[in-house]
Amino acid sequence: MNAQSIPALAIDSLRVEYPLANGSVFTAVENASLVIQPGEIHALVGESGAGKTTIGNTVMGLLEKPGRIAAGSIHIDGKKFDAVKSSATGIVLGRDVGAIFQDPMTSLNPLFTVESQLTEAMRFHLKLDKGSARSRALELLESVGIPEPKRRLKAYPHQLSGGQRQRVVIAAALSCNPKLVVADEPTTALDVSVQAQILKLLRDLADSRGIGILLVTHNMGVVAQIADHVTIMHRGKVVETGSTEEVLRRPKAAYARALIGAVPRIDQRLDRFPVLGDEGKGRAETARAELRAKAGRSEADADETPILSIENLCVDYTTSGWLPGSTGHRFRAVDDVSFSLRSGEVFGLVGESGCGKTTIANVVSGLVRPSAGRVLYRGQSIAGEGATRRVGPLRQAIQMIFQDPYSSLNSRMRIGSILSEPILFYRLATSRAEAERDVTRLIEAVGLDADASQRFPHAFSGGQRQRLSIARALGARPKLIVCDEPTSSLDVSVQAQILNLLKDLRDATGLTLLLISHDLAVVRQMCDRVAVMRHGRLLEQADSETLFDKPQHPYTQELLSLVPTLDRIRGETQAA
Amino acid sequence: MFKVLLSRLGQAALVMLVVSAVSFVMFRYVGDPVATMSRENASVEEKEELRRSLGLDQPLVVQYGRFLTRTLSGDLGISYRNQRPVTALIAERLPATLELVIVATILSLALGIPLGVLCALKPDGVAARLVQALSLVGISTPTFVTGIVLILVFAVSLGWLPSFGRGQVVDLGWWSTGFLTISGLKSFILPGITLALYQLTLIMRLVRAEMIDVLSSDYIRFAKARGLPTRYINFRLALRNALMPVITVTGLQIGSLIAFAIVTETVFQWPGMGLLFIQAVSFVDIPVMAAYLLFVGLLFVLINTVVDILYAVVDPRLRARSA
Repeated sequence: MNAQSIPALAIDSLRVEYPLANGSVFTAVENASLVIQPGEIHALVGESGAGKTTIGNTVMGLLEKPGRIAAGSIHIDGKKFDAVKSSATGIVLGRDVGAIFQDPMTSLNPLFTVESQLTEAMRFHLKLDKGSARSRALELLESVGIPEPKRRLKAYPHQLSGGQRQRVVIAAALSCNPKLVVADEPTTALDVSVQAQILKLLRDLADSRGIGILLVTHNMGVVAQIADHVTIMHRGKVVETGSTEEVLRRPKAAYARALIGAVPRIDQRLDRFPVLGDEGKGRAETARAELRAKAGRSEADADETPILSIENLCVDYTTSGWLPGSTGHRFRAVDDVSFSLRSGEVFGLVGESGCGKTTIANVVSGLVRPSAGRVLYRGQSIAGEGATRRVGPLRQAIQMIFQDPYSSLNSRMRIGSILSEPILFYRLATSRAEAERDVTRLIEAVGLDADASQRFPHAFSGGQRQRLSIARALGARPKLIVCDEPTSSLDVSVQAQILNLLKDLRDATGLTLLLISHDLAVVRQMCDRVAVMRHGRLLEQADSETLFDKPQHPYTQELLSLVPTLDRIRGETQAA
Repeated sequence: MFKVLLSRLGQAALVMLVVSAVSFVMFRYVGDPVATMSRENASVEEKEELRRSLGLDQPLVVQYGRFLTRTLSGDLGISYRNQRPVTALIAERLPATLELVIVATILSLALGIPLGVLCALKPDGVAARLVQALSLVGISTPTFVTGIVLILVFAVSLGWLPSFGRGQVVDLGWWSTGFLTISGLKSFILPGITLALYQLTLIMRLVRAEMIDVLSSDYIRFAKARGLPTRYINFRLALRNALMPVITVTGLQIGSLIAFAIVTETVFQWPGMGLLFIQAVSFVDIPVMAAYLLFVGLLFVLINTVVDILYAVVDPRLRARSA
């Protein structure tokens, strides 16, 4: 970058405030400064609540009332941004600043064609007529790499895949030749392989068109792969800024070090995730010991028969036909899958969205019926051929932890009732008083304070709620817990805590875990054995170490090579 | 699309069969038609004669079969009260009710949608608050009160508008319309407003709630981030999404307006279906009541089918699913 060029974006000591109802003021961003040169990708990193999205929204002119710019200045392409009008003279949002949003499934209007949504900005900002806007839209679709662009122009958003939709969003952002593009978590909602393509596209666009890109993200791997500069934020303040290599390899601030350390590594397995602060061991340890004593390891645990085996499992989803009783289209979600879990191990099931991994979790927990094959729990069929109805102990033995901690706890029930429900239902306590003691023990075992039982779920953060979901699953004294993406909606540091907790609980109570995830790094850190799925089929299963070090199947190799990780930093790979 | 249409028609036929059964049962068992129709001092023989001529001595299934064939050929029986074919009575009254309902629906859509949008865009504005408060009054005042108050003010005190009837109507063969004369148009105003008021507030509140939802959606934020003009975002991009449920509600409301315009028609002595029904009830005129039941059932089935098809026209996602 030459020093004379006008920066695409220059933010100087920005302060954004939200006045609160009680008269005080919440400062979302304080004293933040950053400069983006044309053709440069600048990553803004931090956990939820760090203020990174607030900066992105401010630059896009989408700062929600009553939020306001209290101090500092923003220059876009050298022109000053008016804090009151939320715009800069000579700068038109949409023409000079492009926006890319997180979720391509919701950022396109479902009732309008791709053509209409691509051309409208050009017609308003560049005053193009329908015909020339259309031919330019066609060019844009080609340049973002959409196959058959002519046909896609006439398509509605629901006819495109997630990756294609995100390409359309990028094309729309580029439609008026912006100087700056604000990309807010552009790949978070996408699969690894699609993410890799989109990231490459963003990098190419920055290089070839000289667009400055402000990349708001929480994913360190993404940052390592495409960003030139990084700014790490924590609670509204910038804690560290510099070149990607500098910051990721040699972080100076303690928070930056901790944040980078909490990112699960894919290259080697660690015993525990490094986490911020102490984990409040003492009481939790005692509670876990008590849990373990209560669970009482039975003889069956020691025996060699697999705790869960899945034999030639097939699941079909059918749409109903137009006559009652007839069937329409059939879709095979799981196709002839077999694997088994040994008692006490953590078994990982990985794959991209739609590969059937969640369907298997649902079959194991009894939420979906298999079309063929069967599932055995300790040699007894629980789903499919010869299945007995799940009653009492069988139901109790298999519990589940869901992905979204916000919707998996009933918001109208107190934590105490939520946790005592399985205990009372399975008659695991002789009296209410004993159940209450059990609840306290569970809450302490997952590292929360005992007074949590009096509160409602909304009083807890996402990570705390996920701890409570784990406590609820443990309440039934299960032998096997099915965890469906247990940490994918959590911040990195919280994810590290939750994964550590699952590891500790597994060690303490001898649980078996079936971990479903799309995050290969998490799987490597957590699992003893791993199975890889694609299009409903099981491609490969092996010991975790073997699979990650010497993947056999080409698809596994491809997946592993596409994961953005900290060990492949952009500056370095180019130098090498 | 064709498949869906076919299955919808099948369902419609099934519903109509059930409605006709209910209608038949009512026809046959509510009161004794012979007692109502014959003179007070008629002899037993005379009554038996009448019973035979009406076919009431036949087995139940035969009676139902005859009822169905007659109904399908358009013969709904003869009114007990004025001894005329029910089909003719309904055909005579239908235009009045339909025209009133069309006026009320257009009125409620034309006012309800813009007011709803206004309330959604400026939720804290004076106008929005006023409209919100008035809509609460509108939704909670019973129709007959509104009607009577309107008559009192505009017909009795001010004398501007007629208080009852359709005014002068023009006969267009089988249809009589009030749209073509001054007095006919004037007569629409008061009952039209009365009938529209409830639907208007309903649509306004629905549009408001939907608009607020849509305006906070990602695709509207994305449209704002692309710097599109506000009017274009609000009235083209957002409103179209917000109108999806309005289609359903309006459709169902048209059905209930036609079926239950009874109160308004009674207050304004409007010579429509509702008035016909009320008179039939007070005279235990079973054939008219049964025909009315059939008619209302048919109406709802038809409207629901039309609404389903409209949905597919507006929402491309449904088009794909049904293709």
